[in-house]
Amino acid sequence: MKLLTAFTIMFLPSTALFAANEPNMPEKINDVDAIVNRANFMAYYQGKDGKAKVKMIITDKKGQTRLREFIILRKDVKDGGDQKYYVYFLKPADVRKMVFMVHKHADIQKDDDRWLYLPSLDLVKRIAASDKRTSFVGSDFLYEDISGRNLAEDTHELIETNDKYYVVKNVPKNPDSVEFSYFNVAIDRETFIPMKMDFYDKKNKLYRIIKSQKVETIEVKEQENVQKFPTVVKSIVSDLNTGSKTEMEFTNVEYNINLEDIFTERYLRRPPREAIR
Amino acid sequence: MIRYRGVVAFVLVLSLPVMAQEESANDFASLLSNLDIHGFYEIRPGYRVREDKYEKDMSIMEQRMQLDLSSYLDWADFKFKGDITADLVEEQADFNLREAYIFTSPYEFMDLKLGRQILTWGTGDLVFINDLFPKDWQSFFIGRDTEYLKAPSDAVKISLFSEAANFDIVYTPKFDSDRFISGERISYWNSNLGRLAGQDAIQNTDKSDLCFKNDEIAVRVYKNINNYEYALYSYHGYWKSPGGQNAAATKAIFPDLNVYGASLRGNAGKGIGNLEFGYYESDEDQSGNKGNINNSELRFLAGYSQEIGKDFTAGLQYYVEHMLDYDQHKASLPSGLSRDRNRHLITVRLTKLLMNQNLRCSLFTYYSPSDEDAYMRPIVNYKVNDNLAVEAGANVFFGKYPSTFFGQFKNNTNIYTALRYSF
Repeated sequence: MKLLTAFTIMFLPSTALFAANEPNMPEKINDVDAIVNRANFMAYYQGKDGKAKVKMIITDKKGQTRLREFIILRKDVKDGGDQKYYVYFLKPADVRKMVFMVHKHADIQKDDDRWLYLPSLDLVKRIAASDKRTSFVGSDFLYEDISGRNLAEDTHELIETNDKYYVVKNVPKNPDSVEFSYFNVAIDRETFIPMKMDFYDKKNKLYRIIKSQKVETIEVKEQENVQKFPTVVKSIVSDLNTGSKTEMEFTNVEYNINLEDIFTERYLRRPPREAIR
Repeated sequence: MIRYRGVVAFVLVLSLPVMAQEESANDFASLLSNLDIHGFYEIRPGYRVREDKYEKDMSIMEQRMQLDLSSYLDWADFKFKGDITADLVEEQADFNLREAYIFTSPYEFMDLKLGRQILTWGTGDLVFINDLFPKDWQSFFIGRDTEYLKAPSDAVKISLFSEAANFDIVYTPKFDSDRFISGERISYWNSNLGRLAGQDAIQNTDKSDLCFKNDEIAVRVYKNINNYEYALYSYHGYWKSPGGQNAAATKAIFPDLNVYGASLRGNAGKGIGNLEFGYYESDEDQSGNKGNINNSELRFLAGYSQEIGKDFTAGLQYYVEHMLDYDQHKASLPSGLSRDRNRHLITVRLTKLLMNQNLRCSLFTYYSPSDEDAYMRPIVNYKVNDNLAVEAGANVFFGKYPSTFFGQFKNNTNIYTALRYSF
């Protein structure tokens, strides 16, 4: 099985792009690893790099809202593998111009490297990051929702195939490392985009839902070819325990912008033009 | 009292592109259209909790408006950040320019930052070895936002990047000292008087204002190898806080200082580890026998931080200052006045985020087993909404002796609150 997974990852880039170009793609995928690999690819690895402006609206159970706005830049070191993220905050005012940077490692043994830059102190901080299941910037999204949960953390089982979705049940191999007992993902059979994730707590009660509410196809013209990247531009996470929810909206989505290696201390201290203009 | 120098610097900064470019009218128009204005308004009252006969009861009582203007042209970024304050302790209004600089990348391998700027490097958490940029200890101890611990430098920073290593060179034409404890707002141990002192004995210092004569240069060479950050440092300038007295003991002085150091930071176990050391060469007291000038020292720091629970991080540091010519130091002073050879310091930081990370509780503690003193900084900060934050905190000093580093500030123990509206 491991060999098969490795094989799928190696060939993913081409097949996934093909899939994106041809909506009527082969439907006879029954192998669950192939499905989750492709879904992971569609959610986190499209294009060699990407950029978007992200707006989060956090609404607590009393209806009070808070806003987060940032630019996110992403570059793949290896498709399906290591990635680098650069997050430049625009709102709220007290975190404006702060930068959060991640070198994400696909190796399950290796913690991601995280940095935070505080402009008012000109301080480059290194952040200890062992727990990926903590809130990202105070929202209901977790770090792992933003940069992707490592597929090797869970076992995957295809529990349902209906006209629209593959439904995959994911059970953590190390149950003590997470707050859920399992989660189900409904993956669109055409685009392979994860459309809904249901998380069940240790008592098998549904307590957390992430829904993809809007998918747009971003077209990128490269020489003669037009590449199409179906992208979730609006999603919402609801925490049924706290009554809080967070809407996340992507605008100005771009792919293959030929990002240089801006994921270094140099660009923490002086954000690149891609991030700020 | 308004300080004009900053305003002049800002005008210079703004006018440079205009002078440099032919289409100055267009540039000015795009500067204006790219202008981004932010800032905050803050009130921050605080009181001493112990009686201090040398200082006022109010430890801080100020209103502050920070304006942060930034803009850009194709070839450069511009920044202007300044604070207008109305202060009831010093009974004056003031303008403090924090940043006013041009940033440009003239070549792909080079960045240049020219003007008033905040500068930081090194690996310590509120402990500094190779970061010899000016600190404002007074702001730190009276309970201003941590941002104000870093005082600005009027400098040029040249950064060069290459595969082999990266270089930062910071040249400061006119020595920027720390804003050290002088007695103005914080009472301190005055060794000449042999007692605590404050507004009755504000320390005079002696440093001529000449540009290019009293200059400082700081260099860092650094490289990231597999996300382990290696750095070498060198500094040529002066003790940043008074490092001695003139022969007549009437003025505090800033003797020549050279520092050579190194640091390493990276993953260690489940957290982040850091090591840093520096050799402080007190250039005017090479043999260590001048009792009125600081001895040369070795300084060493080891730190570790880790997430120990959900949104809960802990950081631990061990730091030591080791005097190199201790026997000479001891011999040069009357008995009883010399210090211990080593000053050991342990710091602990605990930070917990609660209520969707809107409530931040943190406690930073310095404890010196050799000086038998301590300094604790508890801070609770709550973000009421996206613009408004309230804060309460304290600066608590403990000490067995009145002359040790933190012990001397015992009577300055204070509590404060703050309300900040950011826009």
